[in-house]
Amino acid sequence: MLAKRIIPCLDVKDGRTVKGVNFVDLRDAGDPVELAWNYSQQGADELVFLDITATVERRKTMVELVKAVARQINIPFTIGGGINEIADADALLNAGADKISINSAAVRNPALIDELANAFGVQFVIVAVDTRVMDGKNIVHLNGGRLPTEKQTLNWILEAESRGAGEILLTSMDHDGTKAGFDNGLLKQVNSAVNIPVIASGGAGSVQHFVDVFQQTNVDAALAASVFHYGEILIPDLKRELRTNNIEVREV
Amino acid sequence: MIGIIRYGAGNIFSLTATLDRLGIAYGMVYTEDDLEQYDRYIIPGVGHAGAAMQKLEHTGLVPQIKALNKPTLGICVGMQLLTAHSEEGDAEMLDIFPVKTLHFPQAESFKVPHTGWNQVFAEKDNPLFANIPVGSHFYFVHSYFIEYDEAYTLASTNYINKFSASIWHNNFYGVQFHPEKSGTHGETLLKNFSTI
Repeated sequence: MLAKRIIPCLDVKDGRTVKGVNFVDLRDAGDPVELAWNYSQQGADELVFLDITATVERRKTMVELVKAVARQINIPFTIGGGINEIADADALLNAGADKISINSAAVRNPALIDELANAFGVQFVIVAVDTRVMDGKNIVHLNGGRLPTEKQTLNWILEAESRGAGEILLTSMDHDGTKAGFDNGLLKQVNSAVNIPVIASGGAGSVQHFVDVFQQTNVDAALAASVFHYGEILIPDLKRELRTNNIEVREV
Repeated sequence: MIGIIRYGAGNIFSLTATLDRLGIAYGMVYTEDDLEQYDRYIIPGVGHAGAAMQKLEHTGLVPQIKALNKPTLGICVGMQLLTAHSEEGDAEMLDIFPVKTLHFPQAESFKVPHTGWNQVFAEKDNPLFANIPVGSHFYFVHSYFIEYDEAYTLASTNYINKFSASIWHNNFYGVQFHPEKSGTHGETLLKNFSTI
């Protein structure tokens, strides 16, 4: 059976991880490559790097990061953050990235999804969607959830799919950081509406939250950052518990 | 030493990075003369199978590839090139294996592309799968699959239907998954191929 995927997410700035990392015996907790290698050894199925570098050198910085990761890591990884045009994506593909993730650039210019899918194939293009409830409706947000758009979340996701998104990374900004569980209602609705893989994000606080999101929504993957970085959830323990609950996961 | 057949289909950084990490020597094949320098070959490939076949034809290497008698491994679209025909672009392929590359049919609750880690079951005794437990997970990303065929299927995977995760005929091998992205089992498979 196709396994459900567990995906740690690393925030990177100027080639260094930015959120505090407080687990295992890393020689250099700020080194994204060492951290990534560690996660791959623990049994992570995939990794996402969100690059928040804001300098003019950003593309070069991202390419260097991707090359360093591809040299060391034997599982797939995605890079996102500030990818605005075909040339950005092309440089990252040639550096060894398996997928790219686009978010606000796609909202501002939806045709970018078509262009990327035509140039590199749908499997290369993840559309990341940040959503927050306003007046009872899920609305797409930009800038880390601070800036509402006019797009309704499900409509935007369906549009992204039809334009060539190969996967959806859906983050509930209402749940993100709460450690109170994923937004299973929305995730179930989205997952049943699309025919591409959905990655759940935002709200993971316990092993049970991962069991719940897979059992209640049937999403393909679940992503989290701090619970993994701080060692609050260890991936081998998480996978053991998922297996106990008859959720198919990859053995390492 | 492995010769990687270059025909312009997709990036090979991850493949060469993995071979580097494993200490497996390789070089690049662009021309007929290059072919003679190697004792085995990998045909990589991502993207559109029909377009990939066109690019391969432009290299002029098709007759030489069909005549290879050294171990040759096609990966993902590189494997689909070895089949007779692909529904992707309705394209005639190399026809080294008389089997077809088909699109996954629509099926309730099965998403396409088939993306992620799925189990691979070796069905024959072959050194390519030495030291890899039957049912190990490998990483797949594909919308087209090679039909199951008892004669040619070396390993199978179930998704919507049972298909060829790996094929084998004489010196020719193919894998639908990405061994360079498939953790330690993928690395084992590449090591196995380097000594087959």
